[in-house]
Amino acid sequence: MSELAQTSLEARMQAARKGQWRRLPLIDDPRWRWGIAVGVVVYVVLAFASVDVNWARVAEGAGRAVNFLSAFMQPDFVSRQKDIVAGLLESLTMTLTSTVLGVLLAIPVGLGAARNISPLPVYLVCRAIIAVSRTFQEIIIAILFVVMFGFGPLAGMITLAFATIGFMAKLLAEDIEDLDWRQVEAVRATGASWWQTMNHAVQPQVMPRLIGLSVYRLDINFRESAVIGIVGAGGIGATLNTSLSRYEYDTSAAILLIIIAIVLLCEYSSSHVRRWTQ
Amino acid sequence: MLTLSGVTKRYPTGDRALTDIELTLPKGQVMALIGPSGAGKSTLIRCVNRLVEPTQGSIRLEETEITRLSGNALRQARRSMGMIFQEYALVDRLTVMENVLSGRLGYVGFWRSFLRRYPQDAVTEAFRLLERVGLPHAIDKRADALSGGQRQRVGIARALLQSPKLLLVDEPTASLDPKTSRQIMRLIRELCAERGLAAIINIHDVTLAQQFADRIVGLRAGEIVFDGLPSELTSEILTTIYGEEDWDTTPEPMDDDVSDDSISHPPYAREVPGLAAGGAR
Ligand SMILES: Nc1ncnc2c1ncn2[C@@H]1O[C@H](COP(=O)(O)OP(=O)(O)O)[C@@H](O)[C@H]1O
Ligand SMILES: [Mg+2]
Repeated sequence: MSELAQTSLEARMQAARKGQWRRLPLIDDPRWRWGIAVGVVVYVVLAFASVDVNWARVAEGAGRAVNFLSAFMQPDFVSRQKDIVAGLLESLTMTLTSTVLGVLLAIPVGLGAARNISPLPVYLVCRAIIAVSRTFQEIIIAILFVVMFGFGPLAGMITLAFATIGFMAKLLAEDIEDLDWRQVEAVRATGASWWQTMNHAVQPQVMPRLIGLSVYRLDINFRESAVIGIVGAGGIGATLNTSLSRYEYDTSAAILLIIIAIVLLCEYSSSHVRRWTQ
Repeated sequence: MLTLSGVTKRYPTGDRALTDIELTLPKGQVMALIGPSGAGKSTLIRCVNRLVEPTQGSIRLEETEITRLSGNALRQARRSMGMIFQEYALVDRLTVMENVLSGRLGYVGFWRSFLRRYPQDAVTEAFRLLERVGLPHAIDKRADALSGGQRQRVGIARALLQSPKLLLVDEPTASLDPKTSRQIMRLIRELCAERGLAAIINIHDVTLAQQFADRIVGLRAGEIVFDGLPSELTSEILTTIYGEEDWDTTPEPMDDDVSDDSISHPPYAREVPGLAAGGAR
């Protein structure tokens, strides 16, 4: 084996002397290299072949899709205006409160889940919280909380806050784990307490990312609030769901356009905020 | 003032960084700690302020046994030892003034430091120190906007704001150019004299060590192999500290010494068996 590597190295050195050089391949053995590539291609082809498509059903649905798309050409913001405004306000409230609550709760969990600043038992508990929060998709959590708290925005808010904890705490913990440890040691060496070290050495290093992520999460939470409304957790999603089940596609179109506009706005402002915090 | 006895450090990885160190530092003495990389210089000064936990032995600062402290008592001991770092270790996103004032953290409560409401005398002293190190105009600059030499000055001001009795200095000049290095060493030296501080300075540069220290301690593989005056440092002693090397700067032709073990290469081997040696690896 090393004999082989030796001769191939000799060959590469000879070639390099003559000015010929190629980057080293990712996988050494050409048999493996080609075997894996062929295997992947075959699997992808077979996988596509195994999906069977009911073309009759697609043709039938296409008619409805055309209806829906033509409704987009003439969205109706007016006839259900009151419902839309109410749903929107509910969604925005839900988004904001859940983000604030989620981020506030995520900070201690994130600190605890960073192996370099927390003792092992705390670390394990916090990692477990993160794992639970991240295992379940928002819809599943929403269904659970709708069962527990009834229909409406309260269930939605708790769902989103819960999902925010896992998301923010995980990313915060990772950020803390690879911060510049020399700065932390320098502050500790002055005789600072644990909390002072957090405030003077850790916070300055992670704050920009924490703010950036919070704004990003605000944007995610707004989008999620539209989705979980469909399973009964209130907000604009509920309004959208109602309009769809009444076949009022022009109203649905109006709602979707509003959602798109708000998401774009969030996107735009969050990139601004992130640049500002650097 | 500072006494280390029987100090041993073994890292969890199994590296034995210090073996049975005996060292006494009188008040006001500036001691340079020299030795090759990996000799244990950083480990030694980090044991003193317990950034690293010594495995064995006792470290006494005046009357306090440092190795047994924890919690508040450890904070109090740490604030009487100022530390200066090779990579400056300023908090990049804080301003120069915040960095200097963080030297006061061991004296103020959490809320005061959180709200940056430091006592007036601390602020006065911080500004006076910034003037002393020549950076009064930089108070509101962010630390990462300064040059290397300026950052190290801020680092020095931070350490001094602790009102320390002892300075622990870890390769203060290793990231600086030769001129700035000398300025920084001179500054540290002067400040120690002004305030009667003792200092342990880890340093690579033997010439700087000889020029600015009262005493030189040589460390090799975790053991003290030299302890004496700068003037006593001869080529033979440098060889015991750093290993075989030609200490005069003029290169001399070497006779081929094949029997020499492979660890210490002859410094100026003339015939490099290039490809053959590379192929053997
Ligand atoms: N955090 C650490 N974990 C494990 N080994 C370490 C650690 N820090 C230093 N060492 C080892 O301890 C020895 C002394 O290192 P150090 O004190 O940094 O030497 P110096 O500062 O003289 O270059 C080295 O062999 C190094 O590999
Ligand atoms: Mg070192």
